[in-house]
Amino acid sequence: MDQRLFVKGNEAVAMGALAAGCRYYFGYPITPQSDIPEFTARELPRLGGTFIQAESEIAAINMLLGASACGMRAMTSSSSPGISLKQEGLSYMAGSELPGLVVNICRSGPGLGGIDASQADYFQAVKGGGHGGYRLIVLAPHSVQEMYDLALLAFDLSDRYRIPAMLLGDSVIGQMKEALIPHPRAQVELPPKDWAVRGKQEGAPQRVVKSLYLGDGELEAHNWRLHERYALLEARETRWEGLHTDDAELLVTAFGITARIAKSAVRMAREAGFKVGLLRPVSLFPFPREAFRTVTLVTKKVLCCELNTGQMVEDVRLSVARDAEVYFYGRPPGAGSLPTPEEFAEQIARYCGGAA
Amino acid sequence: MSQVEIPVFTAPRSLKPVVTHFCPGCQHGTVHRLVAEALDHFAVQERTIGVASVGCSVFLYEYFAIDVVESPHGRAPAVATGVKRALPDRVVFTYQGDGDLAAIGTSEIIHAANRGEALTVIFVNNTTYGMTGGQMAPTTLAGQQTSTSPYGRDPANDGSPIRMAELLAQLDGTRFSARVAVDSPRHVIQAGRVIREAFATQIQARGFAFVEVLATCPTNWGMNPVQANQRIAAELIPCFPLGTFKKIESQS
Repeated sequence: MDQRLFVKGNEAVAMGALAAGCRYYFGYPITPQSDIPEFTARELPRLGGTFIQAESEIAAINMLLGASACGMRAMTSSSSPGISLKQEGLSYMAGSELPGLVVNICRSGPGLGGIDASQADYFQAVKGGGHGGYRLIVLAPHSVQEMYDLALLAFDLSDRYRIPAMLLGDSVIGQMKEALIPHPRAQVELPPKDWAVRGKQEGAPQRVVKSLYLGDGELEAHNWRLHERYALLEARETRWEGLHTDDAELLVTAFGITARIAKSAVRMAREAGFKVGLLRPVSLFPFPREAFRTVTLVTKKVLCCELNTGQMVEDVRLSVARDAEVYFYGRPPGAGSLPTPEEFAEQIARYCGGAA
Repeated sequence: MSQVEIPVFTAPRSLKPVVTHFCPGCQHGTVHRLVAEALDHFAVQERTIGVASVGCSVFLYEYFAIDVVESPHGRAPAVATGVKRALPDRVVFTYQGDGDLAAIGTSEIIHAANRGEALTVIFVNNTTYGMTGGQMAPTTLAGQQTSTSPYGRDPANDGSPIRMAELLAQLDGTRFSARVAVDSPRHVIQAGRVIREAFATQIQARGFAFVEVLATCPTNWGMNPVQANQRIAAELIPCFPLGTFKKIESQS
């Protein structure tokens, strides 16, 4: 029988990273993600790995850059204000085509904000965040099990495409405990890291990891190359979960913790006779545009729920069929203000015609 | 009678046979050569990884025949920490200017030193931001005119020059810290010896080593190369004394 553990989401994501072969963690304490450095500080030395509590989030992301440049699987984690500090390093990693995992256990902002669950970092995560027009692979877990599973997937995707990956969680997913069934990493064939620095071997060509391109036309070509890789991600690697989408008159969409609440609301509404379905993006970049387009060829109403004042809804609007209507329900977080399933169910009833 | 030519002075193996982009009279080329000679001396070219910083020295990989990682501005000691922890048996060095190391990267250099990372840091202090066109640096001398201190650096407003070699020598993690200059043959020979010592510190597993090199920036100082070179002894050395501020022989 599989081992079944009862753990926090933050522990699950660290366990998933270790299962993925990550042996380098660099980070800085911040609530509500400090369980991740605490877990890796305890476990990595036992595995012969390296844990460094950096002097800042900025130093941590640059240590990750250095370890990744040597071809190692490495990670950092933080929460919203700390992730802002990492944006410089993320831009350099994207420009230098370096893989790596960054976990964002979001809290609320702007500024120091608060420690409540928030999805207000969606734009920052999926639109680039730092300077220069790049993308990250962004995955949004909605359970403790997915914190583990998506950490494994993030490393594989990041290595395959040489694009840094971010897990966009939140303080509820990070702090809550659920059952976790750990499993070893899938044996997938990944391209060799023949770009990693290692100390130039005798007679071997020099290897340079860099993001500066000053030669005539070099930077433009570099940007097009990155762009093509993002397009490849969109073509191959979108991930989502669908629920009752076949006969739905209203499609609810949400990610992360909000999707968890929405699932309960959809179940309640179905029991009450409403024809409602759910489309949960698991990959936020690449965004499952085609899935939204296909479903909304039939289902003409979409309700997007978020823990912010409306961010993912913009990508939903860009993705749906031309004659579909998109509604938004959400709010910025505040102490104790996580929406209830009943609250979402009310919204479903409001937009869903033909109640039973 | 046939004659045999015996070369007594050759280019270091660790440098590429290329022309640099540095301005006439700039001493980065000299410092590059001294670092390359140290790598040759220990025969570690094949297992050395350089970390380039932002500024005139970013093109490290164009001149050194070694693997290089390019770092964001000021973050080279953090990047080098990641590299050295990933590959502990490699020789890892950063090469940074004064804006990079002593302004935007102050936090990274202090904490890399304090952790005792087994790195060699080459710090080129020319009292100005060279690449961006001669702005005031943390090491700019009191009264020195730059494009952002047009009336001269005023300690009351801008603070006084930071002496990084002395500052870092205070930290337990620092095993070697020294300041050298390359303005005269005697100083160049001395600087070569000190840079070699800084690599020995790493190779012999003694820990973090730091060398500050006083150097010219004729273009941004508004001087010809000879005047710039004379300014090192006349103005820089009195403010930034040469010497070894820390040397611990035992392994860390």
